[in-house]
Amino acid sequence: MSGAYLPLLLLFGVSILNAVGMVVTSHILNPRRDTPQKLMPYESGMIPLGSTRQRFSVKFYMVAISFIVFDLETIFLIPWAVQVRELGWSVFVAVSLFVVVLAVGLVYEWKKGGLEWG
Amino acid sequence: MEPISGIWAYVAMTLKVTGIFTLVMIVVAYATLAERRVSAWIQDRRGPNRVGPFGLLQPIADGIKNILKEETLPATASRVFFVLAPMIVLVPSLVTFAVIPIAAPLPTPAGVVDMIIADVPIGILYVLALSSLAVYGVVLGGWASNNKYAFLGGLRASAQMVSYEVALGLSLIAVLMLAGNVTLTDIVWQQQQLGMWFAFPLSLAFILFVISAFAETNRLPFDMPEAESELITGYHTEYSAMKFSAFMISEFGHMVTASALMATLFLGGWDLPGSWDNAYWHEGQLISGFADDGSVILANPALWKTAATFAGFAAKTGFFLVLYIWIRWTLPRFRYDQVMALGWKVMLPTALAYVMVIAGAILFLDEVGLDWGFSYGLVLTGVSGLATFGFMFFLDRGKTISGAAVKEPQKSRVDRVPQPAALGE
Amino acid sequence: MVTILFYLFAAVAIGGAIGVVLAKSPVGSLLFMVTTLGAIAATFVLLEAHFLAAIQVIVYAGAIMVLFMFVIMLLNLGHDYEGDFRGGLYAIISFVVVGAIAGVIKNDLVGTQQLEATGAESIAAAVEESGVVGAIAHPLYTTYVVPFEITGILLLVAIVGAVALAKRNVT
Repeated sequence: MSGAYLPLLLLFGVSILNAVGMVVTSHILNPRRDTPQKLMPYESGMIPLGSTRQRFSVKFYMVAISFIVFDLETIFLIPWAVQVRELGWSVFVAVSLFVVVLAVGLVYEWKKGGLEWG
Repeated sequence: MEPISGIWAYVAMTLKVTGIFTLVMIVVAYATLAERRVSAWIQDRRGPNRVGPFGLLQPIADGIKNILKEETLPATASRVFFVLAPMIVLVPSLVTFAVIPIAAPLPTPAGVVDMIIADVPIGILYVLALSSLAVYGVVLGGWASNNKYAFLGGLRASAQMVSYEVALGLSLIAVLMLAGNVTLTDIVWQQQQLGMWFAFPLSLAFILFVISAFAETNRLPFDMPEAESELITGYHTEYSAMKFSAFMISEFGHMVTASALMATLFLGGWDLPGSWDNAYWHEGQLISGFADDGSVILANPALWKTAATFAGFAAKTGFFLVLYIWIRWTLPRFRYDQVMALGWKVMLPTALAYVMVIAGAILFLDEVGLDWGFSYGLVLTGVSGLATFGFMFFLDRGKTISGAAVKEPQKSRVDRVPQPAALGE
Repeated sequence: MVTILFYLFAAVAIGGAIGVVLAKSPVGSLLFMVTTLGAIAATFVLLEAHFLAAIQVIVYAGAIMVLFMFVIMLLNLGHDYEGDFRGGLYAIISFVVVGAIAGVIKNDLVGTQQLEATGAESIAAAVEESGVVGAIAHPLYTTYVVPFEITGILLLVAIVGAVALAKRNVT
């Protein structure tokens, strides 16, 4: 069955060639006349102040970890979804329990303010 | 009719890959023109109409211009990643299309050809996998630019994309329940069998999916990563010439793929009303349905059927593309906290609850013994209609997502990293 | 054909893994890691483990590595550092440990025959009947329902832990 993936391999090859080709062609064809002003990061015409490499808000970390948890939940629901009619009520109850456990997690995060953005 | 085999299968494969890839690139190019023309019409302007008749050659002119323009590489940027980011952003947007069937199978002298690049057994999971990889190019571009606006844009984009990916995945679960398999050919086939497109029996999943797809593609009203009044142009601020073009192509590529996906999952894909065009591989035979006694009815593929179904698919995809542009000029941009609140506090719980409701309804209908078919779909339509009504009613109260005027000033409950002053809020 | 592709993807995976160690910037390491995970997913496809390949990309490359990326940026590790691939005592210890693990695995695997024909046939039959994803459903939700529920509780613990950590770091 992995033969079905053969066209994908071809398509990936074509796409990567396309992506690299675009950037390289443009690099060869375009004129370069650099000046110090031109190479400065564009920050609305101001001379950039301070470093970009600063720490940023811990909220993004919360988003990422919540994403992992609920992405995994989705993955765990997919095999059930395609077989829901064959598996019947007993598995429905088991999955409900699973969903409720994670819903408790969501409610906890919500109540603790982990979902607030200001 | 036999499926195509032998050497001709490889010929067909190569033709399909190059043909559909070229088609997607052309659609992407003309989507940029359509965006400008439709925007112009909505604002009572004319739009670009100088290059060729009705401006039809504009995308070619744009392409030539972008290849020949001067590129800049900011002195403080991380060079390798700065050059790598446009390529990384481009590839996922161009290969996702591979698992979407675009028309009914085409009969040729050598056998029947499926009008899909790769009918892989993981189907929709392939789309999910690639859309989860789309984050990297965006955040890398923003980070490598070493520009505060670009970095903020990249961060916003990644947080927003992962947030809505959850809702996107969960709204898919409902579709998979009715389809019974993850491949998109099966999803189209089950819509033909049910006698109605999934947009009706799964109306709430449809609405959630469309909203998530808008957020995933960073389009208005979710274009926080590029909010031009705040972030210049967000994560691709420092990019020029063809590298900028790569970001644009990727954005429109995602739009085209998302439109085709919405058409396939909820509007029947290439299916047209009636059972004359139904076709599905069942135990080595191309069938169009089952008779009452359980025997198969063989399908009768024809060139005109393939052409007609392709036209139907193109029309549905085009509808969603126009919807993208239409929404852009209809709704104002959200605030960032509203975007995140909508994703986590509204979409996620709603999708979870809806999945359980639909599962319960399906099991109940099977318990009652209702046959899989039109009336089955009607009952589900009723259930989903009620759920949609409840969802809209809840949203309309404006408690969870509200404008600044309604919200009383409150102290932030998630506190922040002490010093140095936190970025990205 | 399958063998050639396997060696190709295996080479990409190993090359990526070496890149993770040798890359100077953490972001470079991260991209190499994603490459490795993608190549491993491709080898899963060659093993006919389609669902595993898909979730390998969705969960590892698409979710966990995004968290890594956020942490790299959160901790401000964005600068290019000098390579810290040192020789000496640590390298020797690492090689001994890795070698021991490899030896154990080899001991376990050598002598193990191919999957018995009946097993392979029953898997093929299940896939034929309910698709590559559906074939997993029945054992997952009936035989292994307790580990499944425990996974749910584990994920709950992850959320609680993340909230606790994020609240502690802040004033």
